Amino acid sequence: MRSTRPISGRASMNIIDTLVQGILLGGLYALFAAGLSIVFGIMRLVNLAHGDLIIFAAFAILTITSMFGLNPFLSALIAAPLMFAAGWLLQYFLLNRTLGKDILPPLLVTFGLSIIIQNGLLEGFAADSRRVPLGSLEAATIPLGAVNIGVMPLLTFLSAIVVIVGLNTLIYRAPIGRAFRATSDDPVTAGLMGIRPQRIFATATGLAMVVVTVAALYLGTRANFDPSAGPSRLIYAFEAVIIGGLGSLWGTLVGGVVLGVAQTIGATINPEWQILAGHIAFLAVLAFKPRGFFPRAVD
Amino acid sequence: MTLLQTHALTARYGDFQALFGIDITLEAGETVAVIGANGAGKTTLMRAISGVLASAPEQILFEGQPIGALASPDIVMRGIAMVPEGRKLFPSLTVEENLLIGAYGTKGSGAWNLARIYDLFPILKERRHSPGTALSGGQQQMVAIGRALMSNPKVLLCDEISLGLAPVVIKDIYAAFPQIKASGASIVIVEQDIGHALKVADRIYCMMEGRITLSGRSSEVSRDAIHSAYFGAGVHEHH
Repeated sequence: MRSTRPISGRASMNIIDTLVQGILLGGLYALFAAGLSIVFGIMRLVNLAHGDLIIFAAFAILTITSMFGLNPFLSALIAAPLMFAAGWLLQYFLLNRTLGKDILPPLLVTFGLSIIIQNGLLEGFAADSRRVPLGSLEAATIPLGAVNIGVMPLLTFLSAIVVIVGLNTLIYRAPIGRAFRATSDDPVTAGLMGIRPQRIFATATGLAMVVVTVAALYLGTRANFDPSAGPSRLIYAFEAVIIGGLGSLWGTLVGGVVLGVAQTIGATINPEWQILAGHIAFLAVLAFKPRGFFPRAVD
Repeated sequence: MTLLQTHALTARYGDFQALFGIDITLEAGETVAVIGANGAGKTTLMRAISGVLASAPEQILFEGQPIGALASPDIVMRGIAMVPEGRKLFPSLTVEENLLIGAYGTKGSGAWNLARIYDLFPILKERRHSPGTALSGGQQQMVAIGRALMSNPKVLLCDEISLGLAPVVIKDIYAAFPQIKASGASIVIVEQDIGHALKVADRIYCMMEGRITLSGRSSEVSRDAIHSAYFGAGVHEHH
């Protein structure tokens, strides 16, 4: 009966399909952005190496997967605490020293870090494009009415929601979250409460690296990556954070979805327009809502 | 028993020396007031004791141990809590969260908990879910005091708690001090208001230009002596 379906019906089906794929892609961008958002929200630190840390984590998952022949999900579970430790140490011993009234030192140091990570990965893994193998899951789809939804894109989106709910619960309900917010408000007075701001910052970056690991799992299984892929992930993360509004985690999901939908629509019109369409959507939001959709941060 | 003692305590901000050899003592169970005009060094003294400013280890002794070089989180864990000048509530936290964070560094129990703080300042229970900074100045000061008490301190440092508050509100806040004393805490009060200081303190220290200019029991020091120690008349020539 397919051939008798009216053309207009097929067109609208395609639009729905494009929108759904775009929304699900937004989940990946939200995962990129959430880690960046936490670090900025708590320490006012703009981490220019964020994208490279995602790629670093993807290589870590790839290495664990191929070394021990593990399922990538299991590898990510192993990589997560290692990445937490790496983030903790990075913040405690390096990035904490850059924090202060001047915003330039953290930018310079994380920019340098970005170059170091890229070249380190190039040295260790060569410039080849890699992918984390997933087997049959890679192409698995669920038929849902008019559209087929990929299992992995769906898992990506659901993971983004779980990550955001989890982070919000931690930040607004748990004692450590109170310490995050208090330290972010006023580190000197936080010290009078028995809080050690240096360790709180290290824990926050460690947490961001766990989110980075989740992002890396879905990035690495979805598409090819190579040591130089970090900076463009950073751009997507930035754009999602800005579209959503600084300081709001749900905003990063909205920002990610705006970016994802714009990209898939652009790609439908012409595959070469995919990336450009995302940037144009970002600029359009910036022009009409300079503070994003859900601005939270006051400064 | 001497609980807290400073010994020839000095402090400086860059080239500016703020404290010139301060010697004060606080006995267990005692309330001591430090009075003096703006810029006398009272807040600097509090910041040094609470670990916000680092000092030489032996310049501050607590329970006989040198604590001068410890950072503020270590100081509060040893049992010295501060109500900072200007209250310094955390704007991102509700009233209740501000109180809870006061107990962050000190696991373990004592006389003070959320329920006891709400007994002491019942208005805070009504406002518990408001942002801390949405409260009136007096209520914010109650939160700041409650927050410090949540760590169950042996020594409570109160820096300028009456500053900027209406007299009736100040009276309300000082009305809580007998209960705080009864819980076993020793108290250091920094005040510009001599009347309140004399009423609540067992002993007073007067500070001027980074030095102690007068000390004695509240009942024994004369207003004239305080006046000259406070403003410097007759103590030494100004330049």
